Amino acid sequence: MNSLKRVTRARETGILLAFLLVVVVTTVKNSSFVFSQDGFRDLLVTPMLVLLIAVGEAMVIITRNVDLSVGSVIGLTAYTAGTLFKYTDIPWPLVALIAVAGGAALGAVNGLLISIAKVPSLVITLGTLYAFRGINVLWTGSNRINSSDIPNDFQGIGTAQLLFIPVITVIAAVVLVVAAWYLRNIRGGREFYAIGSDPDAANLYGLKVGRRVLLAFIVSGALAGLAGVLYVARYGTVDSQAGSGFELQAVGAAVIGGVAIFGGVGSVWGAAIGAMLLLTINRALPVLGIQDFWQQAVVGALIIGAIVLDRILALRQARRLTVMEDSEA
Amino acid sequence: MTTTTSPTTGSSSGGRNYPGYGRPLWQRLLIRRETAIIALLVVVIVVASAAVPHFGAPITYNFLLLDTAPILLIALPMTLVIITGEIDLSVASAMGLSSSIIGLLTQAHWPFPAAAAIALLVGLIGGAVNGLLVTRVGLPSLAVTIGTLALYRGLAQGLLGTTAVTSFPAFWTDLATSTLPGTLIPSVTVLIVVLALIFGALLHFTPFGRGIYAIGLSPDAAAFSGVKIQRTKFILFMLAGFVSALAGIFYTLRFGSARGDNATGLELSVVAAVLLGGVSIFGGRGALPGVLAGALLIGVLASALRLAGITSDVINVITGTLLVLSVILTSFLAWLQRMRLSAGRRRRETGGSASS
Repeated sequence: MNSLKRVTRARETGILLAFLLVVVVTTVKNSSFVFSQDGFRDLLVTPMLVLLIAVGEAMVIITRNVDLSVGSVIGLTAYTAGTLFKYTDIPWPLVALIAVAGGAALGAVNGLLISIAKVPSLVITLGTLYAFRGINVLWTGSNRINSSDIPNDFQGIGTAQLLFIPVITVIAAVVLVVAAWYLRNIRGGREFYAIGSDPDAANLYGLKVGRRVLLAFIVSGALAGLAGVLYVARYGTVDSQAGSGFELQAVGAAVIGGVAIFGGVGSVWGAAIGAMLLLTINRALPVLGIQDFWQQAVVGALIIGAIVLDRILALRQARRLTVMEDSEA
Repeated sequence: MTTTTSPTTGSSSGGRNYPGYGRPLWQRLLIRRETAIIALLVVVIVVASAAVPHFGAPITYNFLLLDTAPILLIALPMTLVIITGEIDLSVASAMGLSSSIIGLLTQAHWPFPAAAAIALLVGLIGGAVNGLLVTRVGLPSLAVTIGTLALYRGLAQGLLGTTAVTSFPAFWTDLATSTLPGTLIPSVTVLIVVLALIFGALLHFTPFGRGIYAIGLSPDAAAFSGVKIQRTKFILFMLAGFVSALAGIFYTLRFGSARGDNATGLELSVVAAVLLGGVSIFGGRGALPGVLAGALLIGVLASALRLAGITSDVINVITGTLLVLSVILTSFLAWLQRMRLSAGRRRRETGGSASS
């Protein structure tokens, strides 16, 4: 298969076209959706937090696991970062590092429980979703971090631009490229797919399944930590419910982007485009004259449409392969 | 023999990862685990009654049951769904949808019973959509119901917008919070008990119920022994949708308010209660008494902590920790058992290869 064919056949292309279609149609309706300072920035910045955790989520799902705790990790790390800003004079790069490391540590808790105790990730991360959020609420109470508590130079990151591209978008893009490169070209990344396709076979083959799964959860946690810091920069206020519900958006974005929920299939590109599509549709609906109460319904229809489409494509490919086998025999 | 069976077992849908454990061991562990959760429930009640002022008062149990009723109700079909190895995350959204529909129809001056019937019908259809996508199209239920979680919630919010309908006939709202004559037991308990008996009988005492376990343990073996897998799962998803709609009606009446965002996030509490009650997420294992105890345990802890003046949010930490601990404990006990077995084998082999 030559490279052009590979690009047009890729699952990611379809979702990218859908994304572009939404952007084009909405822009035709109201040109300020893209062609205005705010519109352009929102287009690039709004999906980034979900994009980051969707990248981590995709890596976890590719190993045939799932991480439902990312929303709670965002909440904890965002509040940690906010508290450090409020009560200490630690420079912001260090605060960001602490939050990312904290997220990685929370991810490691998930990963260790799952890979050592060999219990299903759905159950463990459902448990830690509650536990992390509960700790957050206990700690935060009804307090909140306000934008006046946050140093100006850090808050500038939420609006700063590099040439024409918002800094938050640049950060997310770097993460995305590194993750995609790792999964596609590096041995360890390929092992993610092997484990997700067949954990038992991967184990028999001698892959360190537990270690890879642990790594996937640490990455997912670290990216949620990064999203937590960026949450502070972007929104300026953090209360005890920051990031709640993000986990379903992350899983939804990955699934829309063609990451199969039972592992082994998909790419972080797909998950990233899925996140772009998901959050851009949310913003496009009011412009298109659809009341934003219907957003969730559209999102749901998208997820179901995407997985039904995947199923049809998979069946068609299976049929083509059998035909090929028959003609060879 | 092995050569004929291995290809069929290899082609199973792949939801279950650890089929190779000895079954009697699991069953023994399970019995312990069920007993453990019920015992824990009793201990918590006793301790709370002794230590927390006013916890022993009947009114506490009244509110406790009213608060826990939706979880108890939906946990029943959810248990059956999870035992087949599937999951339904759309239940809370189905509750919201049923609440919205009731509100909308009441606003349009429909008689309440007719509105409720339509809501139940919509719940049934919602469950059927899940069931069709899982059984006919062959999609994983986790992905499907994450999709319908968003879809049904979106429909609920789209239908009602930000309005809340509160003009329900007093007869029905009173019924929802009423108590049995002469006691403080809420009337909804009757509904819960009746449904629990029906689901318990269905799961534990009918061929259909045995089929549910068979599907969860090994879909291929179940298919070969004549269990209608697709039909069973389809029926279970419809039941989940129906009971969710019922819980949605109760929820609406209890608070006297129909809103699109009613019961958001409740699906996680239901799943947590079911798993806490000893049902395996991989399917094939679990029983209703444990699940009911699990749901009640969450409710009792929440109620006791609230009365003790601790912020009710602590319950999240406790629910989560209990959930994690309960699965790790099971895993740890299994590991301990395996160690003992292999140690025994090594002794018998007297210095044979210990590398395996």
